[in-house]
Amino acid sequence: MNYNWNWSIFFEPAPGGTGTYFDMLLRGLWLTIQTGVFAWIIALVFGSVIGVLRTLPSKTAYWIGFAYVEFFRNMPLLVQLFLWFFVLPELLPRSWGLWLKQMPHAPFYTAAIGIGLFMSARVAVQLAAGIASLPRGQKQAATALGLTTLQSYRYVLLPIAFRIIMPPLTSEFLNTIKNTAVAITIGLIELTGQARSMQEFSFQVFEAFTAATVMYLLINIIVVTGMRFLERSLAIPGYITGK
Amino acid sequence: MIEIRHVDKWYGPTFQALKDCTTSVAKGEVVVVCGPSGSGKSTLIKCVNALEPFQGGEIILDGIKVNDPGTDLPKLRARVGMVFQHFELFPHLKIIENLCLAQEKVLGRSRDEAVAKAEMLLERVGLKDHAQKYPAELSGGQQQRVAIARALAMDPIAMLFDEPTSALDPEMISEVLDVMVDLAREGMTMMVVSHEMGFARKVAHRVIFMDRGEIVEDAKKEDFFGSPRSDRAQKFLSKILSH
Repeated sequence: MNYNWNWSIFFEPAPGGTGTYFDMLLRGLWLTIQTGVFAWIIALVFGSVIGVLRTLPSKTAYWIGFAYVEFFRNMPLLVQLFLWFFVLPELLPRSWGLWLKQMPHAPFYTAAIGIGLFMSARVAVQLAAGIASLPRGQKQAATALGLTTLQSYRYVLLPIAFRIIMPPLTSEFLNTIKNTAVAITIGLIELTGQARSMQEFSFQVFEAFTAATVMYLLINIIVVTGMRFLERSLAIPGYITGK
Repeated sequence: MIEIRHVDKWYGPTFQALKDCTTSVAKGEVVVVCGPSGSGKSTLIKCVNALEPFQGGEIILDGIKVNDPGTDLPKLRARVGMVFQHFELFPHLKIIENLCLAQEKVLGRSRDEAVAKAEMLLERVGLKDHAQKYPAELSGGQQQRVAIARALAMDPIAMLFDEPTSALDPEMISEVLDVMVDLAREGMTMMVVSHEMGFARKVAHRVIFMDRGEIVEDAKKEDFFGSPRSDRAQKFLSKILSH
């Protein structure tokens, strides 16, 4: 293989006059972080609501939760992003569709919301499992004290359930960040996107993707460390997990 | 205080857990409910504060019909204390917070008021020094005493005990029973599901014997221990009193 390694490529100016190739990758990294965090917030909020719905005694609530989860988890993420980005604007009334298409940063919002909803189904299932793992008596004790259903969840069930599912939740956070790479297909120039354009401009494909790999690794190491720290600071003295 | 009239309860279409149960607990009265496992005694006591729904009959608590759709159940439950077999303290909250949560969120007491009440009750059950610990750091007997204090913090008009000592190691039973005996002597209205016949002899006014979902015997303490009328009660008593 005739390949000219050139690690100093990162400090050469990139075409477009906006700094070096390294700056380009950093811009991609920043967009990846923004998309990942935004998507994660959506995943947590929607996942929590749907996860709770799946544990309520109400049949209606259960079916809403069931339909939501099956809708979002049974379609490939790529297909979902295509649906939101290319198909949805065509299905809406003409003026709405036009507004959507002309919205600034449309790829960013589509990616963040699309990935967020996709991941929320997974968060919902885990949270529901966490709540279901609690002794039945916890809910009964909260209820017997006069707490309403909402209060029981807010003050008793959710604080314990979230602690229990912290390890799988960390994995979901990492998955959310990694899944942002799919957004390249709807034109979001995040880290993977920037690495690809760097390769196209400079032909240094290995350097570009090595750098991208290292950057993904770095964010995820930070996330893992942060989550572990959070897990430890929230640990309950003497309590292992839900009995 | 507690009126139970012709209560029927089914689990599913075939299994009848309670059959035409009728009894009552007067103000200041201590009633012990005993019977073999699966006889419906826990189910019955959980019907009193509507933790378990029932299909037939009615239960009236301090003049309020429990199974009336218009009844504000959280409000009604807040007026009746309940103590569970497995304590059901909230593991993520310190002991003091376990006692304050419902006082603040349900009764709307101020922080200072709630803490003062909690400290007074912890003192009373001999656990003032443990206020800042978490439930898992206490022994079973201590946890159950905290659970009693948590129920008392709501200034209940009656207390329900669901096998409060059956999950405890033998050497811890008496510390919990002592608290209950004090409570009974102070005139608290109590309905106690328990096999502690010593406790029943000491403070109960009436003993109810249940078997297969029916109230087989409902008698004054003296009559029950003197000459239980039913064969089943006699058999049961001979089994638990013989050693």
